[in-house]
Amino acid sequence: MDTLTQLVLLSLAAGTPLVFAALGELVVEKSGVLNLGVEGMMLVGAVASFIVAARTQSPWLGVGAGALAAAMLAFVFAVIALTLRANQVATGLALSLFGVGLSAFVGRDFLSVVIEGITPIHIDRLTDIPVVGRLLFGHNPLVYASLVLFACVQWFLYGTRAGLVLRAVGEAPQSAHAIGYHVIAIRYAAVLFGGACAGLGGAFLAVAYTPSWVEGMTAGRGWIALAIVVFATWKPWRVLVGAYLFGSVTLAQFQAQAAGVAVASQLLAMLPYVATIVVLAIISRDATTIRLNAPASLGKAYHPE
Amino acid sequence: MRAFFEARPQPSRLAVWMAPVLATGATLVIGFIVFEAFDKNPLAAFYAFFIQPVATRYGVAELLLKATPLMLIATGLAIGYRANVWNIGAEGQLTLGAMAGGGLALLAGDDSWPAFVLLPAMFACGALAGMAWAAIPAWLRTRFNANEILTSLMLVYIATLLLSWLVHGPWRDPEGYNFPQSKLFSDNALLPNLLAETRLNVGLALALAIVALAWLFVRRHIVGFEMRVAGLAPAAANYAGISARRNVWLGMLAGGACAGLAGVGEAAGPIGQLLPSMSPGYGFAAIIVAFVGRLHPLGIVLASLLMSLLYLGGESAQMNLALPSAVTGLFQGTLLFFLLAADVFVNYRVRIARSAPRPAT
Repeated sequence: MDTLTQLVLLSLAAGTPLVFAALGELVVEKSGVLNLGVEGMMLVGAVASFIVAARTQSPWLGVGAGALAAAMLAFVFAVIALTLRANQVATGLALSLFGVGLSAFVGRDFLSVVIEGITPIHIDRLTDIPVVGRLLFGHNPLVYASLVLFACVQWFLYGTRAGLVLRAVGEAPQSAHAIGYHVIAIRYAAVLFGGACAGLGGAFLAVAYTPSWVEGMTAGRGWIALAIVVFATWKPWRVLVGAYLFGSVTLAQFQAQAAGVAVASQLLAMLPYVATIVVLAIISRDATTIRLNAPASLGKAYHPE
Repeated sequence: MRAFFEARPQPSRLAVWMAPVLATGATLVIGFIVFEAFDKNPLAAFYAFFIQPVATRYGVAELLLKATPLMLIATGLAIGYRANVWNIGAEGQLTLGAMAGGGLALLAGDDSWPAFVLLPAMFACGALAGMAWAAIPAWLRTRFNANEILTSLMLVYIATLLLSWLVHGPWRDPEGYNFPQSKLFSDNALLPNLLAETRLNVGLALALAIVALAWLFVRRHIVGFEMRVAGLAPAAANYAGISARRNVWLGMLAGGACAGLAGVGEAAGPIGQLLPSMSPGYGFAAIIVAFVGRLHPLGIVLASLLMSLLYLGGESAQMNLALPSAVTGLFQGTLLFFLLAADVFVNYRVRIARSAPRPAT
């Protein structure tokens, strides 16, 4: 197999956790809620999926558990930020700090456990077609799942009435309330969906990509996912582009080492974080674009009375 | 019967100060459940977690030692948070501070500089390095409108990798059996002890002095007042001509300077050399300290003691109860959750209406 095909395959895999997490956060933000707890939810999703996969020998059950656990954490966020109307920034931070602590706590007995992870598919004859075979039929099943999720989010937001209502809640909650929609309930649903997606992203890391459990194994991907949503100016297809772009940047480290570039690994490992900062600055520079594309009520608490 | 939140005509001052107490109590209840779930006798566990670590003179000194960086960083962060400037990268600014202060100590080498010159110089370098690291998100925010939450956090990862590179490479102790660590600092680069036979050093005095200074700035200086206005009523601040740009810079630099000082305090205090990790998450725990302390100096000092006790309790639980020390992070997060939840009572009160008529839908 040639290196280019290999690189595309690896980039798609590296970008997939970001696709899951960023698409979920996109829907959350479209409903007008800013949940900064993505990193914490991803970690909890990762540890829950790994534990269940290790205990039941079924990685797929693990994936479900990861999504569920992260959605439960998102529910805590929803109660505090939506029902109790706490500051969303502070609550999101709390969620991330809590998720780091919780995942380290429950995962301590699973640090050196080995599990049978979810491996890329192989369909006889189809996958064996030169070049395109691997590109079309050689990915991890969860990579396909993330693409299905993308299609669903795109269709839901821009092709269904429910999606229109969700966007209306994010743009003008007062008006949505006035015409009879339950703003808080819709935001709850969005936050839970976002949590489940972040959990899927974490689960992909723990039971498919590595597969293993290491404390803090998301290494900032939750925060990068938040940056990708800004980079995408809240458009699903640009989330996809951004996620794969960042996926390939995380690979550059290993590619450079394989190519024998004489730079310390720590300095190369900085690349994704530096890239995030640079990209964020470039995109945000034009304040008008951000203002026009960001949901108008993003991060603001909604008071029905 | 149904219960609902009713807006208070004015925020309740009582609720502002009761919320942390309520949150601490609720966290203890969660602690009770966790200990119960791990088949530990809760009373014995509470003793091991909250009493035993501070039952000795040495323990109290450790409590103060760990509270020092927490109160210092939280004080700096609180200045920014009051003006809605969200610096969450204090962990990175601490790392840079330790790196710069420690770098100077390594450069000075063996006792060539007297301590009264070297230590202040180390603190100055650390504060400047922390400020420089915090200046990056400030500049990106004011010049490029980039969200300071994300940029300051990304810089934490970069700072950690930078320090890791230094202690694995250029600054590694050649006689250190290949461990990733620098040489030990000379005695002149170590902070003098405050209490004999403990690790408590003069860093505490420095931290308390800075807490007092910050209080004077916020309460007595016009700029501190303007920053508070900007946080409470951004539109009014804008109308009054208060520069949002200056607030971002001041808020970020104050946080960076304090975190940098805390980094030097760790390097020149309990650690005495540079290691790949200079802090068990003080930069993040300080965010919780700032909130639990209500962004108020006295509150921050008290909250830093509470958070320090959680660190000590985690260590003690690991030794005495065979519980993982990660339980500290769990309690820290729980505390902040409960605090944010309890804050609802600041602006709202619960009303119970008897069979209130349901609004027509």
